[in-house]
Amino acid sequence: MKGRFQLSLAVLLLVALGLGLTLYKHFALGFPLLRGETNTVWSIEAEVDFMAEGGPAKATLTLPDQQSGVRILDESFASPGYGINQFDDNGQRRAEWGIREARGRQTLYYKINLYPDSVSDPDQEPPVADDTLRVKPRLPEPYQTAAESLLESVSERSADTRSFTGTLVNELLDPSPGQNTNMLLGMINNRESRTRLLIDLLTMADVPVRMVRGLYLEDGRRRQPMLDMLEVYTDDGWLMFDPVTGQSGNPANFFLWQRGGKSMLDVMGGTKSRVSFSMMSQAVPARELAVQTSQADEVALVDFSIYALPLEVQNAFKSILLLPIGTLVVLFMRIIIGLRTSGTFMPVLISVAFLETQLLPGLTIFITIVSIGLWIRSILSQLNMLLVARLAAVMIVVIGIMGVMSILSWKLGITQALTVTFFPMIILAWTIERMSILWEEEGPRDVLIEGSGSLLVATISYLLMSNPTVEHLTFNFPELLFAVLGITLMLGQYTGFRLLELRRFKPLVQE
Amino acid sequence: MEILSRFIDSFARPGQLKDAGILSMNSRNLEYVIKYNPRKLLPQVDNKLTTKQMAQKAGVAVPELLGVVSYQSEIKNLTKLLEAHEHFVIKPAQGSGGKGILVITGRDGDRYVKASGDTLEFEDINRHVSNILGGLYSLGGKSDVAMIEGLIQADPVFDDYSFEGVPDIRMIVFRGYPVMGMLRLATRASDGKANLHQGAVGVGLDIGTGKSLRAVQFDTPIKLHPDTQHSFETLQVPHWDRLLELTAACYGMTGLGYLGVDMVLDKHHGPLILELNARPGLAIQIANGCGIHPRLQAIESMPDWNMPIPERVSYSKHHFSSL
Repeated sequence: MKGRFQLSLAVLLLVALGLGLTLYKHFALGFPLLRGETNTVWSIEAEVDFMAEGGPAKATLTLPDQQSGVRILDESFASPGYGINQFDDNGQRRAEWGIREARGRQTLYYKINLYPDSVSDPDQEPPVADDTLRVKPRLPEPYQTAAESLLESVSERSADTRSFTGTLVNELLDPSPGQNTNMLLGMINNRESRTRLLIDLLTMADVPVRMVRGLYLEDGRRRQPMLDMLEVYTDDGWLMFDPVTGQSGNPANFFLWQRGGKSMLDVMGGTKSRVSFSMMSQAVPARELAVQTSQADEVALVDFSIYALPLEVQNAFKSILLLPIGTLVVLFMRIIIGLRTSGTFMPVLISVAFLETQLLPGLTIFITIVSIGLWIRSILSQLNMLLVARLAAVMIVVIGIMGVMSILSWKLGITQALTVTFFPMIILAWTIERMSILWEEEGPRDVLIEGSGSLLVATISYLLMSNPTVEHLTFNFPELLFAVLGITLMLGQYTGFRLLELRRFKPLVQE
Repeated sequence: MEILSRFIDSFARPGQLKDAGILSMNSRNLEYVIKYNPRKLLPQVDNKLTTKQMAQKAGVAVPELLGVVSYQSEIKNLTKLLEAHEHFVIKPAQGSGGKGILVITGRDGDRYVKASGDTLEFEDINRHVSNILGGLYSLGGKSDVAMIEGLIQADPVFDDYSFEGVPDIRMIVFRGYPVMGMLRLATRASDGKANLHQGAVGVGLDIGTGKSLRAVQFDTPIKLHPDTQHSFETLQVPHWDRLLELTAACYGMTGLGYLGVDMVLDKHHGPLILELNARPGLAIQIANGCGIHPRLQAIESMPDWNMPIPERVSYSKHHFSSL
């Protein structure tokens, strides 16, 4: 009883371990449970242009940081002749290209691949001192007076930071602006100046605010400018406002490049500097993405896994990892159903061959070869031969049958029969030998029972093993082997009746 | 629809079988064979030759051993060996399920007469022995040895019930207690073989008296022998006590707790142990019309089960008698 308890515990642990690791891989690492899921990966290319003046040139570009809701997969720099150097500037990542001597038009590239993996949460970090407590800006008169009265009227029409900011932004966007607003609008000539004015106004009103820059992710966009946005600290954390459309909230497809109002690009030793962005989206199978990101994060579960192997070996494992499914079918059919098969795991090997030949051609080929083999074996049995020699002879005959079948079918144009070579010859020879002994000892009825039992089990395992979802699961979640092992141990403890025994012993309970 | 319900009806509910005390194959394997038959003791019963030698040493009656052929080179001595005997049985020492057993009941000039009446040439016998040595009948094709035994002269009590071949008695012995027994009779349908699933008749035997309980063929109860038309009702196995003691002795001899003992009743020598089986089948329950599980559990729950043979036999006779 004690052993039984330990075993149940082991079963439970194994199944929990297998399922747990699988779920972890799915939810934490993003491995898809179903085949064919794809994720969108964005490539953003920043192109920095400037005219070099002939001396040393240096360009510094702000780089995006890892942020919630978006995963940066990799980044690369392309710039012939330039040395590249990344550094941290007050919490903001920047790249610096440098060259000793440059003349004429210079083009530098920075490329980043990223994918949005969840809805981004607003930044919850409270505003730091220098964001809020700086000296309140004063606008030149008469703008200052206009601003003060505008802020007053907005303040009267709003309840909290959020509505205050929303009202203020919309006030400046009003197609028929009031007098104060109209005056202030005179200070605005582009998106950046509008954003800066809004920041000044909000700071005057003691609203924690900062400037952010980013891009809307839209497929196939070229030469996009960086967009300036407002971010206001509300009760829900930092909230983004678009100064031009008036929309608030953190848009799902907005990729934040830079926080703070520092310049995006600084160029020394050059003029007419400019940075523009192109974007492209790409559908990438979710699995590949998950493998890539996990490897980038050095997740041990993935780093020390089949994915680390050469591709060829990975492919071999693809079919090896299917075998436990076949063995599970054999276990089930023998222990729960009570089916007789010829050879314990022979049906699994046959079903592996079926994977190559497809089911119906495979069944036909198998039955044909075994039938011809049995017939030839019955001739051989009339000769006085030792077992090993007879087995060898049967094997040679099997090879002969395979050859003849291939040639005939090729000539007849039945190409499916060419897959006959995928059947392991030793298995065929042994099956023939076993069947013929069974025939001699027990009669054709038993041969039929065992043979059809084996083929039934082989067919069921084939149907399972050829299922793309099953293949996907076994290959991408080898941890499931733990669960399979657990189930196997559990089946090994089953002492109840087999399904066919219920029928066999029926006469005993009838009267 | 009716076919479907008839089909479903042809299955018993697991609870019914459990209540009837039927032992399932999985339970037999896990709770009896694996538990009571240590792996290292199995080779002695897998090999009939060692079983026989062991039995002879323990003083358990077995059929006479006429000779052994262990190597292909010894086959040439076969002529001389067989000359002296009118009838004999050739069997592989490690055969299973009655495979490879050749019964020669007499001579017809130069030819040998099989139990079925067919005749064989010496060459055929030669080939059969060669096949045995090559491992044709042994598990996994391991090379084997051929045993030549004296033919058993069946006790005349079975004359009315035997189509051909010698009826044998299968007894399940658990921890040295005979638990359930049956008589296996070859029929025309079973081609002279005593295999129940091939159509041999199984007759359940009362442990207390050796009288027949009921008979089944192909798992269905029958009243008369299908070939001889004799009623089974009056059947009574003679030498019953001696037989029970012999089977009980097999436990001490092998150490195997769950054992199938196959015996024959010889006209002259009485009960003889033919072979032992460490994983005996479950058909015996069908022949007896009752489950074996309660009897096994009764013995398992005995605190002082390790008693001398006569007491074990009398316990079995007392507790497991159905009449």
